[in-house]
Amino acid sequence: MTTMTDPPKASFRLSMLLYDTRYRSNTIQVVVLIGFMLGVGWLLNNVVENMAASGKTFNYGFLGDKSGYDINQRLLEYSSQSTHLRAAVIGLINTLLVAVMGCLLATFIGVIVGVLRLSHNWIISRLAAVYVEIFRNVPVLLWILLIMGVVSDSLPQPKDFRGENATATMSLGDSVAITNRGIYVPEPLFERGLGDVPVLGNSFEVSLDLMLILAVLFTGLFISSKIGKRANAIQAETGVRPTVWWQRLGIVAIPVLITLYALGFYLGYPELKGFNFKGGTYLRSSLIALWLALSLYTGAFIAEIVRAGINAISKGQSEAAAALGLRPGRTMNLIILPQAMRVIIPPLISQFLNLTKNSSLAVAVGYMDITATLGGITLNQTGRELETILLLMACYLAISLSVSAVMNAYNERTQLKER
Amino acid sequence: MSDNSVSYVRTEMLSEQSPPSTDVGVVGWLRNNLFPDVFSSILSIIALIAVYMILSVLIPWVFGGVWNANSQWECREVLEEIHGELVDRACWGVIHERFWQLMYGFFPNDIYWRPNLALVVLFAAIAPVLFNGLPKQMFIISIAFPFVAPWLLWGGPVWGPVVAFLGFVVGIVVHKIAAKAFGSLTGIILGVLSAFVWWIFFASMVSSGLSHAIGASRMPTEAARIEAALPVQQAEVDRLQSIADPIAAKVEELEAAIKVAKDAGEPYAELLTTKAPIKIALGSAVATLSREIGDLKDMKRRLAQVNSLEADEARLIDLIAEAEAARAKVPAAVADIFNPREINEDTMTKEDIALLKVALRAEDKRNIVQNAISTLYKDVGLVGLRPVGSRDFGGFMLAILLGITGIVLSLPIGIVLALGRQSDLLIVKTLCVGFIEFIRGVPLITLLFVASVLLGLFLPKGTEFDIILRVMIMITVFASAYMAEVIRGGLAALPTGQYEAADALGLDYWQAQRLIIMPQALKISIPSIVSNFIGLFKDTTLVSIIALSDPIGWVKLIQGNSEWSSVVWELYGFVAFVFFLFCFSMSRYSMYLERKLQTGH
Repeated sequence: MTTMTDPPKASFRLSMLLYDTRYRSNTIQVVVLIGFMLGVGWLLNNVVENMAASGKTFNYGFLGDKSGYDINQRLLEYSSQSTHLRAAVIGLINTLLVAVMGCLLATFIGVIVGVLRLSHNWIISRLAAVYVEIFRNVPVLLWILLIMGVVSDSLPQPKDFRGENATATMSLGDSVAITNRGIYVPEPLFERGLGDVPVLGNSFEVSLDLMLILAVLFTGLFISSKIGKRANAIQAETGVRPTVWWQRLGIVAIPVLITLYALGFYLGYPELKGFNFKGGTYLRSSLIALWLALSLYTGAFIAEIVRAGINAISKGQSEAAAALGLRPGRTMNLIILPQAMRVIIPPLISQFLNLTKNSSLAVAVGYMDITATLGGITLNQTGRELETILLLMACYLAISLSVSAVMNAYNERTQLKER
Repeated sequence: MSDNSVSYVRTEMLSEQSPPSTDVGVVGWLRNNLFPDVFSSILSIIALIAVYMILSVLIPWVFGGVWNANSQWECREVLEEIHGELVDRACWGVIHERFWQLMYGFFPNDIYWRPNLALVVLFAAIAPVLFNGLPKQMFIISIAFPFVAPWLLWGGPVWGPVVAFLGFVVGIVVHKIAAKAFGSLTGIILGVLSAFVWWIFFASMVSSGLSHAIGASRMPTEAARIEAALPVQQAEVDRLQSIADPIAAKVEELEAAIKVAKDAGEPYAELLTTKAPIKIALGSAVATLSREIGDLKDMKRRLAQVNSLEADEARLIDLIAEAEAARAKVPAAVADIFNPREINEDTMTKEDIALLKVALRAEDKRNIVQNAISTLYKDVGLVGLRPVGSRDFGGFMLAILLGITGIVLSLPIGIVLALGRQSDLLIVKTLCVGFIEFIRGVPLITLLFVASVLLGLFLPKGTEFDIILRVMIMITVFASAYMAEVIRGGLAALPTGQYEAADALGLDYWQAQRLIIMPQALKISIPSIVSNFIGLFKDTTLVSIIALSDPIGWVKLIQGNSEWSSVVWELYGFVAFVFFLFCFSMSRYSMYLERKLQTGH
């Protein structure tokens, strides 16, 4: 700012704020800032006046009150005696659960369909195109409702499993029951379990068994990757790749199996008791419908992204790979996909974020995500619209911003370093 | 040259042999496209079987459906009779009966032409943007569209749009004058300010003043006019009654015949399918009739009001005096309270509250009479279209309306936000980035919650406008953030040379934007704007969650009737099909545009 250190004091006039390009941008910024402040102040003033008129105050004290409603799909302990805060946390975890499951399945579907759409097989590529067009061009809310309809209409009721001449049977050797209320799967149980440890002042319980298994698993994976790196180094040096897959498999699998045996691992099968299944864990039909609908819908978009990414790689690349004698599968894995990833990742991130945001439509099928708990029942029970909706938005904003920050960092790492 | 004999030299080319029969025709195509190798063949066969299995269920269900039925039970009866047993086929009767509601909601059926015309005007308005070589005068429609379309949809006096348009005229005139006198920036600020002053303070005054004046001038003859019109309207009602009665008789006759056939155990499916369209016709005849009867009642009420107008106006003067007297008695401590909800029994004395309540009651009485009189003047002075309330908007009309308003209004806001995000001014840039990222970071449903429960909190006390307008505001806010990103993409795609060339020509920022940058950037962005619109159009279905009656909301309304309570697939399938038609054709169109607008190499 050399112009500011030695201003031509004598010649400065007020009109220069408008007409001198040195000052004009600052003037505009100050005017915009003042205008913005005035606007925000006006809105806040309205809020304060309106809340005073209706006798409300702005505070989050209600989060500590008893919620009084039940949440039927949950990963943590919760009852109607719990607080609104805990209901919101359960909802947030449910949102994250369906978002993560959805992102995984959508990527899986999207990559497969995207590759199939480029297949030379006429009917396969046409089918992939039909799938993409049908799912992309119908609103996701309709898909959620339709798939919820399929799940609750066409799947057998729990009572169909009963009696001598049951119309429905459990699948996978009597271990999984697929009903219109949800899917019952076996749950892992431990005879000699280590129990749970409360954290954060008794608010959550962490299963020590799970922690132990995860620790063993990750140690195994870490050592396995070291072995892989050593094999790569040997290959680079001598040209001969030592066969290490059995070492890698063993170092991951054996310790985990030993741990499981030591803990006395067994599966608790779901059983029909009375009118419903007991035992096992269970995914509610609303979660399944939401998960499938979001995955299929977003999968169609991801398929297009994958197709565009693969098409963006010049044909010379695959011809060069063919000239080197690589088989088509290896060409795709080693040559095309790694390069296509650079094109694919940025739009993929935005699809993941879209899926997360679309998961808020859970409220249409009664899945208790954060929109349904905090923005639905809690809002209606406490009548604190401003607080709940602000908190709701803040949660989604935090998810969106952190996902895009992580993904952007990854994106930066994989981008080609250009001049 | 010795003649040592090449025994045979071919002097002409061999004619081409036809390719092997396995490489051409149907067989060749099948070999190349479906069965080139083992793996692919297996996939093809699996795919073909899957397609067959899906279609063998879907096609009979869709095309064997029942169109003529008035309820789910009739559907089942017809199917049972045709097939001898109950088979699973679509019951399209629900679409047949409720088609217009799914399309227009509760919008009055005699004025469907208004939204249709608005749509036609929209196409005429965007035509100059999409097609080259249209006459320049077409832009007049583009300019008129934002004023004409709301008027067509909501109705009201004809000067509503004119007065709104005058705001722009005032702004531009003030800008022209002020720019000459005080310089361009001051000119812009003054122009914008004066336009807003016009809209906020003068527009409604002029509009209601005109209505009142015309109402006053018509009032002396109004009673005679209504009295003359009453017999005509009565005749119309009678005529409609005489049309509806035979239809009702016919329906009753058919229902009796059905009952007889049912009791006798004879087939009656044919009677059911004959009855269905007649009953639907009866429904619309009854709807028209009840509307005309409603109009007749309105006219009679209006006549009574007009006749008692003088007495009412005299009474109003008394009431005003009473209210003023009561207000004067209110003690100073509570004198500034005009809303009964603000009475606080803890802080006020009982006498104060009693006096205040007297004053409030008197004011209430005065307001009721005052409102009735001014409404009468407004109604009598209406020159224009019959007003329609937002609550009556529904079905696909609502979805299209929300989608188009969102995109149209978000375009200018999006351009400003995109320019702000690109600008060097730190504060402007931070504000724009903050807004865009905030809106893009939260789901639309939370913004709709804001529209339904929170927006009133942010506006001055007493401002109330209906839910559709609030939803429109939030959808516009939502769409603007996405639009800004689309336009930023267009701006980024322009080569830097364009900016530098504009600078070199000595154009200032706005001139460069207007003449060089924006025309190119917008052209590049058109396909993305269309796909943005498709996304927004699909997202309008979310308004059903806050209980607006868009197509999905209507599906729930229809399922609320016992006649159609268990009809699920037909309704959702139909809505999905219509959405697919709209979105698929638009996406194809945007691909076509992309190719057409490609001026690169």
